[in-house]
Amino acid sequence: MAQVEWSPAPRRFGETTRPDAWWAQPLLVFAGLSAFVLYSTWAAFQGKDYNFGPYLSPFYSPEIFGDSPHALLGPKPAAWPSWLPFSPALLILWIPAGFRMTCYYYRGAYYKSFWADPLACAVGEPRKSYLGENSLPLILQNVHRYFLYLALLFILVLAHDVWKALWFAGAAGQTTFGIGVGTLVLAVNVCLLGGYTFGCHSLRHLVGGGLDEVSCAPTCQHAWRCVSGLNRRHLLWAWMSLFWVGFSDVYIRLCAMGVWHDVRLL
Amino acid sequence: MSTATFRIWRGDAQGGEFRDYPVEVSEGMVVLDAVNQLQAKHAHDLACRWNCKAGKCGSCSAEVNGMPKLMCMTRLSAIPLDRPVIIEPMKAFPVVRDLATDVSWNYRVKKKIKPFKPRAPDAPDGTWRMAQADVDRVQEFRKCIECFLCQDVCHVLRDHHRHDDFIGPRFLVYTAALEMHPLDTEDRLPELKQAHGVGLCNITKCCTTVCPENITITDNAIIPLKERVVDEFYDPLGWLAKQARNALKR
Repeated sequence: MAQVEWSPAPRRFGETTRPDAWWAQPLLVFAGLSAFVLYSTWAAFQGKDYNFGPYLSPFYSPEIFGDSPHALLGPKPAAWPSWLPFSPALLILWIPAGFRMTCYYYRGAYYKSFWADPLACAVGEPRKSYLGENSLPLILQNVHRYFLYLALLFILVLAHDVWKALWFAGAAGQTTFGIGVGTLVLAVNVCLLGGYTFGCHSLRHLVGGGLDEVSCAPTCQHAWRCVSGLNRRHLLWAWMSLFWVGFSDVYIRLCAMGVWHDVRLL
Repeated sequence: MSTATFRIWRGDAQGGEFRDYPVEVSEGMVVLDAVNQLQAKHAHDLACRWNCKAGKCGSCSAEVNGMPKLMCMTRLSAIPLDRPVIIEPMKAFPVVRDLATDVSWNYRVKKKIKPFKPRAPDAPDGTWRMAQADVDRVQEFRKCIECFLCQDVCHVLRDHHRHDDFIGPRFLVYTAALEMHPLDTEDRLPELKQAHGVGLCNITKCCTTVCPENITITDNAIIPLKERVVDEFYDPLGWLAKQARNALKR
């Protein structure tokens, strides 16, 4: 067949013949992610009401410096510049934020919802130039696996927070075992974050996906299958864990402010 | 028997327009049945490719109500018939006439990909041994029928026309099938990074959405390839670990 001359006409932004509500999904993602970013930024800058009894908000864990009993290295260092805002969350929140920002699922979601690149499948785009993830700044998305390593450590820290949330201070100053609603909130949080983190595409590659003959490494094969199982619902884990980590902070904050009362179940 | 309106794009590479045709709808019809009917009754000169009518030849790819689909696998009962059904040719490729597009670019791209290069045979009779677990993963990619709907919906090709520096989801799947094959010894990672442009994919998963064979293109083929490229070119710690392993082996 002879070569066909082709000079495609550029399509306008939003141009499509799709009659369905193609705009609904990017709009929902935009609203959900914007709400979370706004709330978490506000919460991170508060620097107060982030702990209640044995509970520590996941936005502030691990608390490296701070005024609560959970602080690992005591209060804010005296050498901290007075002009620089301080909050224990600001020291650590860049790690989970970076992990989610570079996550393969979120990348696809916010490229669509925030940059309209594309807004939805088979819908016209607002700009003509396109660099993809081939050059700066988006080539930096390749750092995802390093954020994964740090996020895996966070799962251990948050699991330890659940352990600590089982031990309540008694009236006579002694520590007693107990379970409060806050304990369950933090336990669900670490489970959902674990489901999200252990289903990561990079982890799937690192534990065995990079091997062509995975059968020669049975441990890797088993790990790859486990991660693949979680990875199939990565989107669901991503949204559930995002919602619940925000809710965990809300719960502890409202308890600390005296708005909600934490019920002891045991 | 009810009647539906089909709005079909008629034209060639120089331009064209939509024309409306009535179609008598009966139970069990697919879009290709409707197109064949109007071709027989109202538009004898309508150009349209089709062959198997079973979703296995990948010939009848087109855009039905704005989404890339196989016409033979799209049931009329699954689309609203109270308004005109819009049928267009694929937009990522040049139109030959009406619904037929020139997809020959894809065949030229395929030739650029390094072919399968197996290791030396495992047995004296020239045969190889593979574990089922190792071929299970690439088996999924072999379901591809080369309908090129994934190429059509990919915005890198469809909107940005980067045909010269991006091979598209179909051929990333093809490369993944070769790269992950337990017997293959070829290294395609430098080409993937440069000439084949895996970094241009921004993983919006439209290719996975439209695949009629339900191949998990993004999660099982493209992202693993991106990770292999990271291993090779963007992971300094991984590079150090690899050097250390090689030194220990020596």
